Amino acid sequence: MTMEAGNGAGGAFAFNAENVERLDKIISHYPEGRGSSAVIAALDLAQRQNGGWLPLAAIEHVAGTLGMPKIRVLEVATFYSMFNLKPVGRYFVQVCRTTPCWLRGSDDLTKAAIAAAGCGLGENSEDGLLTVVEVECLGACCNAPMVQINDDYYEDLTPEKLTELLEAMKRGETPKPGPQTGRKGSEPVGEWTSLTDLPSPSRAGAE
Amino acid sequence: MPKLTIDDTEIEVPAGITVLQACEMAGKEVPRFCYHERLSIAGNCRMCLVEMERAPKPIASCAMPVGDGMVIRTDTDTVKKARNGVMEFLLINHPLDCPICDQGGECDLQDQAMAYGIDHSRYQEHKRAVSDKYMGPLIETEMTRCIHCTRCVRFVTEIAGVPELGLLGRGENAEITTYLEKALDSELSANVIDLCPVGALTSKPYAFAARPWELKKTESVDVLDAVGSAIRVDARGAEVMRVLPRLHEDINEEWLSDKSRYACDGLRRQRLDRPYVRRDGALREASWAEAFAAIAARVKGLDGSRMAAITGDLCDAEAMVCLKDLMANLGSANIDCRQEGAKFDTATRSAYLLNSTIAGLEDADAVLLVGTNPRWEAPLVNTRLRKAWLRRDLKAGMIGLAQDLTYPCDILGAGPETLMDVAQGNHPFADILKAAERAAVIVGTAALARTDGAAVLAAARQAADSLGMIGEDWNGFNVLHQAAARVGGLDLGLVPGAVGLDVAGILKGAGDGSIEVVYLLGADEIDMTQLGEAFVIYQGHHGDAGAHRADVILPGAAYTEKNGTYVNTEGRVQLGRMATAPMGEAREDWTIIRALSDVLGAGIAVSSLGDVRRRLVAVNAHFDRVDEVVPAAWGDFGESGPMGTRTFVPPVANFYMTDAISRASETMAHCAQAFVVPKQQGTGTHG
Repeated sequence: MTMEAGNGAGGAFAFNAENVERLDKIISHYPEGRGSSAVIAALDLAQRQNGGWLPLAAIEHVAGTLGMPKIRVLEVATFYSMFNLKPVGRYFVQVCRTTPCWLRGSDDLTKAAIAAAGCGLGENSEDGLLTVVEVECLGACCNAPMVQINDDYYEDLTPEKLTELLEAMKRGETPKPGPQTGRKGSEPVGEWTSLTDLPSPSRAGAE
Repeated sequence: MPKLTIDDTEIEVPAGITVLQACEMAGKEVPRFCYHERLSIAGNCRMCLVEMERAPKPIASCAMPVGDGMVIRTDTDTVKKARNGVMEFLLINHPLDCPICDQGGECDLQDQAMAYGIDHSRYQEHKRAVSDKYMGPLIETEMTRCIHCTRCVRFVTEIAGVPELGLLGRGENAEITTYLEKALDSELSANVIDLCPVGALTSKPYAFAARPWELKKTESVDVLDAVGSAIRVDARGAEVMRVLPRLHEDINEEWLSDKSRYACDGLRRQRLDRPYVRRDGALREASWAEAFAAIAARVKGLDGSRMAAITGDLCDAEAMVCLKDLMANLGSANIDCRQEGAKFDTATRSAYLLNSTIAGLEDADAVLLVGTNPRWEAPLVNTRLRKAWLRRDLKAGMIGLAQDLTYPCDILGAGPETLMDVAQGNHPFADILKAAERAAVIVGTAALARTDGAAVLAAARQAADSLGMIGEDWNGFNVLHQAAARVGGLDLGLVPGAVGLDVAGILKGAGDGSIEVVYLLGADEIDMTQLGEAFVIYQGHHGDAGAHRADVILPGAAYTEKNGTYVNTEGRVQLGRMATAPMGEAREDWTIIRALSDVLGAGIAVSSLGDVRRRLVAVNAHFDRVDEVVPAAWGDFGESGPMGTRTFVPPVANFYMTDAISRASETMAHCAQAFVVPKQQGTGTHG
């Protein structure tokens, strides 16, 4: 995976005072001289500070901070799909497309999301607010279909609901994360159908 | 020691080794791609699967430590099927382009696919394609062929100490590349070509030049530095196509520096293939008889004290001993093999050797470097020091200029006063050296090639003595040479002695007219402008500085074209072998001197290579002990005296161009352009 040509445009990068402190604390969790163990955390801090993506300057800054060769940090940054190596919109929408979500209509969510963004998958909307990508399982299969927007999960979606969410975000609002149908967490949608009674004493004691 | 059973044979092996190594000890072949004896274990190719009793599935033997009572099988149907499967997976994305691949015929994947693969493909889908990466002027890439064994990444990170290669991305998108596709800036970079088990990294200068089965392979030794690496010269007809390293555990292990490997294209350029005689100010082609006659006309009747000889950096011992005898017969004591003018003390052999031996430096705990950059003067000595740092936490201190040696090195000072401080124990680093079990000092030749060279030598000897570097089984005093010919020359006594003139004296004499004839045997690195009006005979193989100044040129043979003896920096006598015939009318060097001696009426009594070799042994018995390092007796050497204050500057300014062969090499010019020029410009205009 070669770095995108635009990546060099990140300009200079340096951790702000707050992140310097955070990183020092993270590094202190590891034995002396093993600071490079903090590379993933450091890259995450850098990505958050830099609006959701890692320019080359940030990768090099992390390498310099942790005393690692640049190529080692770049290896980590390119290995994990959670690190973005090119600029993304303010709202980074990851549509889960693995089997449970797909069966429950993730294709339609993707269509709705790119319609809201007005650009293709992986591209940035003209106003710089939205980027839509498809990802593999995010681990919220009970609430399929779902998307992740920045750090939050929005679950039990329909295309209409997703469009609504994205329009709200465009207006600068922050919709409540979690299931969008009113259910709590991943509790059953209707009546309880199993484990409706207490375990019998004999079952509970059996090994 | 754990005992295990491998294919029904019980074997006892050292603890801590892997199942794969145990299988090899039991004589079982285990195929592998990612595993390499000298690199860390990656365990990612899965080709080395074997069956282990009580394991639910085959194990990767390269990554499994041996245990007592293990029962291993390498010959079952399961193992065969597992290998078949792994091979099938590896070939999914590997192009079937062997007919146009440079690795063809010497490819691990090709060989192992024949031995362990299946004979057909079930794969119908698209193969992936990967864009090629730029890695510098030496490494050609065809990254679609890469199987991601990561040997190259591990080599540059661990051995070369230049962590610039990496595996980016993951899964099907994984790609090997340098950081931002910069050239791989290491003087050992081309070893990744040998390590690559497929045709992903191949040799750029040798691209599409030959097939391995067309080449005549000759085992020889390298002369482009004083390490004396074991090499194999591959020639087709009269042309040297490539040079590859040969295994020698005590010298180069299985690596080779880029210069030794790639300067061989310099053997095709700027060659002297016939005698020349200067007439009316210009060099004109001549016959051997004319050239000899021109020499005889100037030399015959001339007093020995008015002639002199200087030998160069690439000379074989045979030619040097013949020249020494010729000069003696002509009555001249003016002979010197120390072009750079280093003040070696030839009375004590240990005074000019790398006494710790190259392999021995791996065991050093602390090392004091004096005016040397081992990374450029002897890259394969530097890898040993790096290994010592990795394994034993070697403490290195430098007196001289700061350099990136691939391991940390403190700069103690710049000049002789710091050396004196250390030698007298007045410097903190002296305590580190004293406390070390095996401490060493490595003196660069440039530190001795100064007016105060003899005093520097004495100070270094004093440091070795006073800081406990000399023990029963350890001699920590080392001189690091760069010239393959130097130790041989010093062993043969090609130094002026009490009555003769050294290089500086010869040049001065030539300038003021007291020396009328100067014989340069491959000596190109002296200042030719100082030779004044002297009649210069140049014997050598390249039209370099010496040939341009010469009045008569006698065309000699390059190191691949003669059977020659060389002594490396640790005092190891090695035999180079003739891979191709000398070019045109050129001859093996000792035969030229032998023929000339007759013409001059000063015949030397040798008539065959055997005679010359016997003569070598007669002059110095060490020449009888080929490929042995005989510990040299310790002694008192050097001349204590006042030292100057000038900074120690390492002798090599451009690693890629140090001698007539590498200066004629196009590949080395590309390397210098890519790696040396940017740095010099960087320090020149921005620093």
